[in-house]
Amino acid sequence: MKLTGAQMVWESLVREGVDTVFGISGGKVLALYHALPDYPIHHVLMRHEQGAAHAADGYARASGKVGVCVATSGPGATNLVTGIATAMMDSSPVVAITGQVPVPLIGKDAFQEVDITGITQPVTKHNYLVTDVRDLPVVLREAFYIARTGRPGPVLVDVPQDVQAASAEYDYPPEPSLSGYRPTVVGNPRQVSQAAQAINGARCPLILAGRGVIISGAEAELRELAERAEIPVVTTLLGIGSLPESHRLSLGMGGMHGEAYANLAIQECDVLINVGSRFDDRLTGTLSTFAPKAAIIHIDIDPAEIGKNVTNVLPIVGDSRAVLTSLLAQVQPAQHPDWLARIAQWRAQSAERDILNQPPTGLAPQYVMHALSEATGGQAIMVSDVGQNQMWEAQYYVHNRPHGLISSGGLGTMGFALPAAIGAQSACPEAQVWVTVGDGGIQMNIQELATIVQEKLPIKIALLNNGFLGMVRQWQELFYSRRYSGTPLLGPDFAKLADAYGLLGIRVTAHEEVKEAIRQAIAHPGPVLLDFRIAQEENVYPMVEPGAALHEMRRRPSRNPSQNTTDNMVEEVGK
Amino acid sequence: MRHTLIALMEDKPGVLSRVASLFRRRNFNIESLTVGHSETPGISRMTIVVSGDDAVVEQVSKQLYKLINVTKVVDVTQEPAMFRELALIKVHAPGTTRGEIMQLVDIFRAKTVDVASDSLTIEITGQEDKIDSLISLLRPFGIKEMVRTGRVAMVRGGTANGSRAGRNA
Repeated sequence: MKLTGAQMVWESLVREGVDTVFGISGGKVLALYHALPDYPIHHVLMRHEQGAAHAADGYARASGKVGVCVATSGPGATNLVTGIATAMMDSSPVVAITGQVPVPLIGKDAFQEVDITGITQPVTKHNYLVTDVRDLPVVLREAFYIARTGRPGPVLVDVPQDVQAASAEYDYPPEPSLSGYRPTVVGNPRQVSQAAQAINGARCPLILAGRGVIISGAEAELRELAERAEIPVVTTLLGIGSLPESHRLSLGMGGMHGEAYANLAIQECDVLINVGSRFDDRLTGTLSTFAPKAAIIHIDIDPAEIGKNVTNVLPIVGDSRAVLTSLLAQVQPAQHPDWLARIAQWRAQSAERDILNQPPTGLAPQYVMHALSEATGGQAIMVSDVGQNQMWEAQYYVHNRPHGLISSGGLGTMGFALPAAIGAQSACPEAQVWVTVGDGGIQMNIQELATIVQEKLPIKIALLNNGFLGMVRQWQELFYSRRYSGTPLLGPDFAKLADAYGLLGIRVTAHEEVKEAIRQAIAHPGPVLLDFRIAQEENVYPMVEPGAALHEMRRRPSRNPSQNTTDNMVEEVGK
Repeated sequence: MRHTLIALMEDKPGVLSRVASLFRRRNFNIESLTVGHSETPGISRMTIVVSGDDAVVEQVSKQLYKLINVTKVVDVTQEPAMFRELALIKVHAPGTTRGEIMQLVDIFRAKTVDVASDSLTIEITGQEDKIDSLISLLRPFGIKEMVRTGRVAMVRGGTANGSRAGRNA
């Protein structure tokens, strides 16, 4: 059949199974938007293109499908860049479609012209500038194929205005076969056998689970491996949820703000099985002292990740699920009571300190996260922003749902959470979606409150409001002589602001009000913003300082328990 | 240590910029890079000289492979390979020194490709050290202009592109 370029875009999207796109219209996508109403695709009108890219990313992370965003040329396209870079760092499958000036005007500095394929080259898995409408079907097919296969990532397709308007014969192309792109899925059998042997001989084995487990849907295989050989599991930030955190073998998150017992387990284990994590610096601390006693097995679908940060590993290139399946065929049942007892002992010490973690005055953000975890049974889709709120969420929310945490781990993009939650709630309308965000981050994309209301999305927002760019303030307190330069932050009355946008806004200032406010938010059918006025100078602990080894962490400070008259948080926490 | 990599890539718009951008972004230290047609239509061939230890060179190779348009990467450093570079050297040559320069050209089996009243242009092909020595001998006469292509490489014998593929770790 004969279609215009604009029609080809939507036709291809429908055939790829896309039912929702996030975007903003503009001068160079007029033809595209003119054709849109003829296709069964819901368009979510964002208020800023950065939001569109984050929403597509959030959609992809919540659903496991490719998320799609659309923007016009020039500023529309450049506004996508932060969102595309965020998706790239966290291996999220996103296809970005941008308008471009007509082909004859390219290179002439035309109105709203920008070289978006040049700009996004380092932050996309691949990108295309389509200059002939006849290429469009194949390019779109390849774009989706590349975005979702192998190590997923964002792909940008730049479609000039005249290509959108031109017509050509449309045939849906067959699955692409690209000579320069053949991801390895199945692990090398010899390496798998060596890994199985190492695991079978281990006395203190430990699994490090990354986002690769979640991307490949290997949660069941991971659990089977952990349970069969009794191997405790530490996760990265983005690996949270790969094993339910209430599981007896779960040690939660490791790294810079991981619990002491998780980091000690990394430092003391004799075999470390890294499944789908890239040994990010926030996880490893100083590389020369990382896991000094361990033989390290590194499973990753991206060969370039092996040997990049941690060297001297037993490598297995392949999809986490495929590799774990082949490993399971050779791993013997085992028990490690001594090892688990050591970890339990470290854990007991840590839990003791939790009770001391109430701030002398004011509302504890840790308690808010804990209360949220209890109220939702660990089953909500949590979308966290970046900074202190992100770490408290990771530490105190007990995630029991696969794909249950969406956060910008690699790029650390403040302003991510609000629009990403729009994508997550669009992908999972039945799920309870909570945003945790600071007063700094929410103001970086606060305009998306309007999108939430327009789309009637029942998103709940837990704003941890401390009047600071909190994580930076924490570093200033600890390493820059407490000189708060550029971190005190004057915000609006967020409850009133929420009200003005059409959300239910509730201010929470006292410990006793927390549970009731959360209950109210859950009971309310629409979107809610809870403005938690938390203690201003509360810090995230434990903390591995820059340059330190994982076992040299700064623990939670002791506070006089007699001052702690609030709640008996300890008994409840013990995560 | 210096390594020589051969990379084959689809001849698509932007592919050279993708490779160049990758080297800059990953902070790889590239000494020379040459690109041209290969024996297959639509496939370009790049010779890259990179300095660094084995781990760095392994990363260069793996990161190149991640580019969708790159179809093959081979490290030929340890292979029996031919390395060649071409240089054009325009040297100051008034009547008094011309004979001496022509003698050097002969000894190095180079060629005089252009003669002007006060200069000679010399073409030399060979390994870098041979070209380096001719240049150092010509420098006292006064080099007016020079261009070097950078290294190209090919493995000796029957197999194309060497035998060591760098795809996986």
